[in-house]
Amino acid sequence: MADALRRIGPFASRAAPLFWLVVTVAFTFLGLLAITFVIGRVVPIDPVLAVVGDRASRETYEAARLAMGLDDPMIVQFARYVLDVVQGDLGRSVGTGRPVAEDLARVFPATLEMATLGIIIGVVVGVPMGVIAAARQGTWIDQVIRVLGLAGYAIPAFWLGLVGLVIFYAKFRLVGGPGRIDIFMDGMVPVRTGLLLIDSLIAGDMRAFRSAFSHIVLPATILGFFSLAYIARMTRSFMLEQLGQEYIITARVKGAPERVIIWRHAFRPIRVQLITVIGLSYAGLLEGSVMIETVFSWPGIGNYLTTALLNADMNAVLGATLVIGAVFIGINKGSDLLYRLLDPRARA
Amino acid sequence: MNVLSRDWLLSEDPETRAQAKLGQFYRVVRALSRNPLAMVGLAIIIALLLVAAFASWIAPYSPFEGSLQNRLQPPSVAHWMGTDELGRDIYSRVIHGARITLMIVLLVAVIAAPLGLIVGAVSGYFGGWVDRVLMGVTDVFLSMPRLILALAFVAALGPGIENAVIAIAITAWPVYARIARAETLTFRTAEFIAAVQMQGASHARVIWRHVIPLCLSSTIVRVTLDMAGIILTAAGLGFLGLGAQPPMPEWGAMISRGRAFILDQWWVATMPGFAIVIVSLGFCLFGDGLRDVLDPKQKVKS
Repeated sequence: MADALRRIGPFASRAAPLFWLVVTVAFTFLGLLAITFVIGRVVPIDPVLAVVGDRASRETYEAARLAMGLDDPMIVQFARYVLDVVQGDLGRSVGTGRPVAEDLARVFPATLEMATLGIIIGVVVGVPMGVIAAARQGTWIDQVIRVLGLAGYAIPAFWLGLVGLVIFYAKFRLVGGPGRIDIFMDGMVPVRTGLLLIDSLIAGDMRAFRSAFSHIVLPATILGFFSLAYIARMTRSFMLEQLGQEYIITARVKGAPERVIIWRHAFRPIRVQLITVIGLSYAGLLEGSVMIETVFSWPGIGNYLTTALLNADMNAVLGATLVIGAVFIGINKGSDLLYRLLDPRARA
Repeated sequence: MNVLSRDWLLSEDPETRAQAKLGQFYRVVRALSRNPLAMVGLAIIIALLLVAAFASWIAPYSPFEGSLQNRLQPPSVAHWMGTDELGRDIYSRVIHGARITLMIVLLVAVIAAPLGLIVGAVSGYFGGWVDRVLMGVTDVFLSMPRLILALAFVAALGPGIENAVIAIAITAWPVYARIARAETLTFRTAEFIAAVQMQGASHARVIWRHVIPLCLSSTIVRVTLDMAGIILTAAGLGFLGLGAQPPMPEWGAMISRGRAFILDQWWVATMPGFAIVIVSLGFCLFGDGLRDVLDPKQKVKS
C-alpha cells in the first residue's frame, strides 16, 4: 500500500506518513473498542440475566436475548457496538440509573482539574531540576533526582496519598481533607466549566476558591510528584546528550557564559523532545488519578470507575475504561504528531 | 588446570561449553558485585525469598488470629507494627504477605515473559505480514493504559488473586514482545541463522534453539525492572478490593482495610506500605544493576 501511494506522486509521498499515522490511530482506537467489547461480551457474565433477573421464564429470557441482538454473529454485534460508541451511546449505568456517557461528562472535569494541576507541578519543578542536575553532574541535586526517580518507581501512589493525609491533614491541618471542597460549600458554586478552581473564580467566590484549593493541593502534589520524578530524569538525560555535543564546546571556546550555554544552546533543542515526555506523563497521570481519587474521595472518573467495579456495573466500567483509554491514546498520539511537526529532524 | 579457579573461569578460550557458561556467569556476578546499589537490591530480594520461605517461623503471631481485646494497639515491644482492627499482629501479617507478593510476581513473570518472547521472536523472525499483524496487536496493547486495562479485566473475570495475576500478565507481555522483536531483527539475517536453516532446521527449531536464547538476557533485564511495577499494580488491585481477598494478608488489601482508621490509627495502613516500598526498591536497584551488566546499550540511552 505504501508503494502504491509512493507511485501516485510527490504530494502523496509527502502525505504518506500522515496517512499512516491516521491509520495507526484509527487501528488503535478500534483495538481499544475490541478489547472493551471482548471484556463486555465474552466474559462469563450473562448480560441477559442482568436485564431480566434470574427468575425470568424461559420465554422472557429468549425474547430479551433476541431483543438485545445477542444471537447475531459476533462481528455484527461488534459493528453495532462500535456504531453505538461512535454515536456517544455507552449504555446505562446500573449504579446511577443514568446513561454512562452523561455520568462520564459530569465527572471528567474533576479528574482533568487534578491531573492538569499535577502536570503543571511536574513540569514547573521537574524541568528546571533536570536541567540543573545535568549542568552540575554529580552534585547533591543530581543525587536528589536519582532518589526521586527510584521513589517514583517504588512507592505506591495510593499509599503516599494516605501518608500525606495522615501528615498534612490529620496531624498539621495544613490542607483540606478528602473531597473537592468543604462539605458546607458543596454545590454552592455555579457550574460553568466543571473545574472548581475556575468556576469559583468566575463566581468571584474567594472563600470557595480557597476551600477548593486546600482540597486539591495535596492530591495534585502527589500526582505531580510522580510526573516530576519522570520528567526530571528524562530532562537530565536529554540535557547530558546535548551538553556532550561539539557545538557546546564551540560555544564554550567562544567564551559564552555558562547560563547562556545551558539555557540558550543546550535547552532549546530538547524542548521538542520534552513535549513527548510531558505528553506521556500527562496521560500517565490520568491513569494514576484512579488510585489517588479513591484515596481522596475525589468525585472524578477514577472514583466512578472503582465504584462501578465494586458494583459489577459493567456498562459504567467499560465506558470509563473506554474514555480513559481514548484520552490516553489521544494524548500519546497527539504529542507524537506535535513532535513530528515541530522537529525538523523527524520531518526529514 | 585447576577446575573452578579464577583463571579457569576467566579463560579466553574455554575448552567446554560448561566452562564458557560458568565463566560468563562468573563475569556477570563479578561485575554486579562491584555495584553497591545492585547488591543492596539483591540483599532485599534474598531477604524477601527467605522471609517468604520461613514466614511461619519468623512471624511471632498467627497472621489470621488475634484477640479483640488487643485491637488497634499502637506499635509496641510486643507488636512492633501494632495490631489491626481484629487484634491481629500487623508485623506477622506483613511477613506472611511476602509469600503472596512473591507468588504474584513469579506467576506474572512466568506467564507474561514467555508469551512476549515467543510473539516477539516469531514476529521478528518471519517479518512481513506476520510481523505487521503481531506488532499491530502488540502496539494496540502498548498504547493502552496498563492499570486501567488490568482493572477492566479483573472486573470482568471477577475479583481474586488468580484473576489479578491473569489481568496483570495480559497487560505486561507487549513490552517483552517489543524487546524480543527488536533483538531478533539485529541478527535475523546473520550467517549463523542462515547456516542452521540450510542444514534443514525447521522454523520452530531455529526460533526455539537459536533466536529465543539470544533474546533472553534483554528480556530478563526488563522483567526484573518491571517487577516493581507488577508489585505496585498487584497492591493497587488489592487496595481496590479486586486482588487478594480478606483474610489473606496481602499488603495492598491490608492498606485498604487500614484506610478506615487512617486518621487515628495510622499504623494499620502505613506499615504494609513500607514493605511494598522496600521490596519494589529492591527489584528496581537490582534491575538497574543487571541492566548495566547485561545490556550496556540501554545504559547509554537512559
